[in-house]
Amino acid sequence: MAHKTENPRAWLFVAPVLLLVAFNAFIPLMAVINYSVQESFGNNLFFWHGIGWFEQIMNSERFQATLLRQGFFTFIILAIELPLGVAIALTMPKKGFWVPVCLVLMALPLLVPWNVVGAMWNIFALPDLGLLGATLNGFGWEYNMTSDPFDAWFTMILMDVWHWTSLVVLLSYAGLVSIPDAFYQAARIDGASRLSVFRFIELPKMKHVLTIAVLLRFMDSFKIYTEPFVLTGGGPGNSTTLLSIDLVKIGLGQFDLGPAAAMSLIYFLIVLTFSWIFYTLMTKNDPM
Amino acid sequence: MAIELQQVTKKVAGEMHIHATDLQLYPEGFNVLLGETGAGKTTLIKLMAGLEKPTSGRVLFGGADVTKLSPQKRNISLVHQFFINYPNMTVYENIASPLRVAKYDRKEIDRRVREAAEVMKLGPMLERRPQQLSGGQQQRTALARAIVKESDLVLLDEPLANLDYKLREDLREELPRIFADRGATVVYATSEPTEALLLEGHTATVRQGRVTEFGRTEELYRRPEFFETADVFSDPPINSGEIRKEGSRLELNTITWEAPAFLRDEPDGPYRVGIRPHFVSPREEVESPVELVGKVLVTELSGSESVAHFTTPSGNTWVSQSHGVHPFQIGEDHKFYINPAGFLYFRTDGTRVSAAAEMATL
Repeated sequence: MAHKTENPRAWLFVAPVLLLVAFNAFIPLMAVINYSVQESFGNNLFFWHGIGWFEQIMNSERFQATLLRQGFFTFIILAIELPLGVAIALTMPKKGFWVPVCLVLMALPLLVPWNVVGAMWNIFALPDLGLLGATLNGFGWEYNMTSDPFDAWFTMILMDVWHWTSLVVLLSYAGLVSIPDAFYQAARIDGASRLSVFRFIELPKMKHVLTIAVLLRFMDSFKIYTEPFVLTGGGPGNSTTLLSIDLVKIGLGQFDLGPAAAMSLIYFLIVLTFSWIFYTLMTKNDPM
Repeated sequence: MAIELQQVTKKVAGEMHIHATDLQLYPEGFNVLLGETGAGKTTLIKLMAGLEKPTSGRVLFGGADVTKLSPQKRNISLVHQFFINYPNMTVYENIASPLRVAKYDRKEIDRRVREAAEVMKLGPMLERRPQQLSGGQQQRTALARAIVKESDLVLLDEPLANLDYKLREDLREELPRIFADRGATVVYATSEPTEALLLEGHTATVRQGRVTEFGRTEELYRRPEFFETADVFSDPPINSGEIRKEGSRLELNTITWEAPAFLRDEPDGPYRVGIRPHFVSPREEVESPVELVGKVLVTELSGSESVAHFTTPSGNTWVSQSHGVHPFQIGEDHKFYINPAGFLYFRTDGTRVSAAAEMATL
């Protein structure tokens, strides 16, 4: 018979984690939920508002447009960074002198802080002084990120690809080098083509790391804030205003706590739902 | 098919991995490569497969030079120690994969896959994926891929090393039967002398990048021409010691015995003796044995036999392997009896002193 020993001291060991989680996740989340169902006035006056803010956000054209923009951004990012990252990983050497060199070069962009990346690319894209902007203009493309929405998007996506493709590369590379040589030997004896080797050996063996890469890139790109904010400030107009930028505008710019809180929760649920769907789909056939 | 290595060497980064090797495999049977880990068995297999190119020398298949031929053009199969299958293909597709690449028609593929699956007892598993199978079944799938192709040369690189004891025994029994009528030359690498003996056929002993000897497994075990062969082909390790010949007497430290007839005409001087552990017994089992006192270091008792490691008066560590359970006291001196028929005599250069009429009873 299993007998449960009660020992109150056990709580002492759990307490630090409980406190940490309480302060950094649970209490803030509760505060947000609290704001999202109330109308706030000056002098700390709050009134019950029910699901009014949620209705308002869901029906607001502004939110829908921002969500669409955000979805589009994330889609493009994933569509570029994943194949590109895998392709780069495939071309990297598997042993020898160049391995550490390549790895360090690949890791460099990941080490740059977000706001620095934004500032760097802001200067890089200046039409008269920036290397990118001036070069493009030199080639006859009237490139100006601050007035042309297309140019702004182009720069924003290029920046994100520069900053984060490395993550996909490093993860894919880790997956690739863990494949034993014997698999490649078997394929050579069968006479399998390069494409078959990729399709039937490398891709299945990279599946787990690619799952993680997709999840990380999805979550990160969906809640991206600093880089596009520093780069374009959400402009020109609202053309590059992504969800988090809009959220900050409503919450801290206009101090509409209720709508901002409701929007945060909707935002949070979207990220959570999509991550869960991705994860479930990608690990569906795995015997665990 | 007759497979032959002619003066094949392999050098990697200035280091000799395979020294000049001549080897003519016995066609249509098991050719065991026996040697310790790192002896060069896998390199030899890769050279035969064409996965590695020799630094010098030639590889011949049926008399034709294939040295420069890529692996897929050699019509070979390779089964690795790890269970190598395509992870997201079903067992059926895995077995069919070499045939698909070779563009056989669908009916032929189906017929061959089902036949191979039948032989490997994979019938009910055809729709599963490798990860859903046990290790033994995964290796059976890999073996089925090897036989479905009807290759001229099948290379098995320690195929049973990662299997459980029981599965290993089952599959080892089946293997010779599976390959019996297929007309393929089979190369089987193993580090276990017992396995080489159980598989029969021919054996090449490999040590430090050299094939020391090649011959019928039994012959090689009973009458090795070189000390190295005997040393590789012995489990537990062979006991060896420096002896001196003085006239018709042989002496090992303080122990002396009569030299056998074939040794009497050899010059006096130093020789090396090799004695397999099962000729060293704690009981007096044969007439006029050579007696020796040793201090017991370690004992291993199994139900049917006793193995004792002991130090000889000359300071060598020897092993005795005897039937039944024998009580040894660790740290105590014990008397051991050596069957003189078990002595293998080698010259100082490692070649064996052999007699024309040797006892066939060894």
